[in-house]
Amino acid sequence: MQQSPGAPRQPITSSTRVDQVGFRPQLMRGIKAGLAVVAMIIMLIPAVWMGMTAFKSRPDAVSVPPKVFFEPTVEGFVSLLTKRRQLTGEEIDAYKQRIDLSFADRLALKRGQAIIGQSDFPKFLRNSLIISTVSTFFSVFFGVLAAYAFSRFKVRGENDLLFFILSTRMLPPVVVTIPIFLMYRALNLYDTHFGLILLYTAFNLSFAVWLLKGFIDEIPREYEEAALVDGYTRLQAFRKIVLPQSMTGIAATTVFSFIFAWNEYAFALMLTADVARTAPPSLPSRIGTGGVEWAAIAAGSLACLVPVILLTFGLRQHLLRGVTFGAIRKG
Amino acid sequence: MSGIRLEGITKRFGDLTALRDLSLTVHDGEFFVLLGPTGAGKTTTLRVIAGLERQEEGAVYFDEHLMNEIPPADRDTAFVFQQYSLYPNMTVYENMAFPLKSPLRNLDKGEIDRRIRETAEKLRIGQLLDRKTANLSGGEMQRVSIGRAIVREPRVFLMDEPLSNLDAKLRESLRVELEHLQKTQGITTIFVTHDQIEALTMADRLAVLNEGRIVQVGTPEDIYDRPATTFVAQLVGTPRINLIEAQRRNGVLKMSKGAVELPYADSAVSLPETFLLGIRPEDITLRADGEFTGEVVLTEPLGVETIIHLKTGEERLLAVVAGTKQIAIGETVSFGVVTDHLHFFGADQKRLGEAGGE
Ligand SMILES: Nc1ncnc2c1ncn2[C@@H]1O[C@H](COP(=O)(O)OP(=O)(O)OP(=O)(O)O)[C@@H](O)[C@H]1O
Ligand SMILES: [Mg+2]
Repeated sequence: MQQSPGAPRQPITSSTRVDQVGFRPQLMRGIKAGLAVVAMIIMLIPAVWMGMTAFKSRPDAVSVPPKVFFEPTVEGFVSLLTKRRQLTGEEIDAYKQRIDLSFADRLALKRGQAIIGQSDFPKFLRNSLIISTVSTFFSVFFGVLAAYAFSRFKVRGENDLLFFILSTRMLPPVVVTIPIFLMYRALNLYDTHFGLILLYTAFNLSFAVWLLKGFIDEIPREYEEAALVDGYTRLQAFRKIVLPQSMTGIAATTVFSFIFAWNEYAFALMLTADVARTAPPSLPSRIGTGGVEWAAIAAGSLACLVPVILLTFGLRQHLLRGVTFGAIRKG
Repeated sequence: MSGIRLEGITKRFGDLTALRDLSLTVHDGEFFVLLGPTGAGKTTTLRVIAGLERQEEGAVYFDEHLMNEIPPADRDTAFVFQQYSLYPNMTVYENMAFPLKSPLRNLDKGEIDRRIRETAEKLRIGQLLDRKTANLSGGEMQRVSIGRAIVREPRVFLMDEPLSNLDAKLRESLRVELEHLQKTQGITTIFVTHDQIEALTMADRLAVLNEGRIVQVGTPEDIYDRPATTFVAQLVGTPRINLIEAQRRNGVLKMSKGAVELPYADSAVSLPETFLLGIRPEDITLRADGEFTGEVVLTEPLGVETIIHLKTGEERLLAVVAGTKQIAIGETVSFGVVTDHLHFFGADQKRLGEAGGE
């Protein structure tokens, strides 16, 4: 191969920046990466622990010292999804003779129990899904409209209004559970999907407005103004120019709102009973029916993680793009 | 296409008054230039015309129609913004298609495509059509935003310093292209610039703005030959005009601090005792038989011409000579003054005698 003078003999496969090839920079990078890995492991321990417990049998789950190696079983999931009855000694023997037992039945039988029906957990999970999704939708929808108005129009008393909106987040929500409980009783909102949706939307909205306003402020007005003179109404300009531009903010707000609504515990516990109960308060209520069912609780928690992970994963492109966009603009 | 009339426009931003009682008439089909230093209110004027900014007082007319309450979309103007305002996340093609796809226009796909390619051809951005706008160079972006405006036929073009980010060669060719386009289509154009050469070469008529007020309106000749104030006189023309304190005494004009004395023909203007004398550098000619002498302080060879800084008495004068001329600094030279184009300004900085234009 012909070489032009001064060209490197070998292909360059690593950075040739002078500040990155020395020993010290490489050492620093190594240390940084090491620290990141350690931090990640520390943060993952509870999640991994939970994941492991979900697949442990009941004795394994409570054994001391904790077992790291164990025989995985879906017992926890079975007890999460079913209602069971404790069998007497004779009944167990009788059951053992039966040949029509399903896989789940046999798992229950190992613990001396018979499955007598489905648990309410799937319903609670569905409630969670409905309430979180709908309230997130409304938070983001109204949030983006309000944020746009605050960002672009002269709103009378704008700063006071914004402060007022923020002030709704200033005291811990739990403080107002009792008045809200009484109000909900009076308004027949107790134990309804709508009641929780309304509440979560109200809580998330303040946060959504502030977060989105920041993002919309960053979008130069010229884009919309160009669209206005190009023959579009303000609403059309908003839809075609502002919305696509604020996808990062919308994605971030969606994720945060969803996580809040999904994880919310105190209000869900106070304001719902059977009909609209969400998943989080349903889990601890399993404690006490025949001892703490750690495996079932872990299985339930794992099930609760999945939608959040899916949502964040689904929106990751928008979230990541926002990060790099900012870097380029400032760089 | 339409003429534009602004009547007594006042625009405030909080405490700051950006436009003060500004009135202006732009004729149908005219290439009208707004010239002024930074912060003069040029952009604000365009924005008021486009309907992006609502004036506190005054009225905007397109022909005889009052536009005050009409939203931007219905005013049908095409705006080239000073800052880049290309739609991000769209290709160049989509950017140019955007105004054509407006629900107000209702063009079919073939027609849209034809117009875009035609415009891209004119602006030499055909090879960019499929690129995203984010990583175009400054000059390319500016051409695309011009393209997005001229791709349709609006009632009026509003162009806010569209050539400012281009290199000299491109700027010149686009200047010609824009002028040609405007002359063939005959669409009323208001063109903002703070480059006086651009203003003088392109304008049918121009308005000089300063601090939100119109200082002078007229043809390039009006502005250059009969500037209404010292501000205008200094704004147009490079190198800048010599403004010299002078006195009238016994039928001669005498520089207060210099040795130059000029004959004064009574007929032209009636002059007060003291005034400001304006002499354009090209009216100071270096010649061997010149009546005056001065010392060369500095020379600036520019190729086609050389600017010479002269010191005569205590006065500094700028003169221009053609070509590059080797004159040693410190040398004493003779020069004459062409007296046909003298400008006189009073103590209030206003022209004595008739100013050009309206
Ligand atoms: N949205 C605004 N808010 C507050 N002040 C403004 C706003 N827009 C313009 N101004 C002020 O109004 C004055 C005129 O501004 P304008 O942009 O019209 O100047 P310009 O002649 O276009 O200047 P340049 O040549 O720098 O573009 C300036 O003092 C500017 O600071
Ligand atoms: Mg401007």
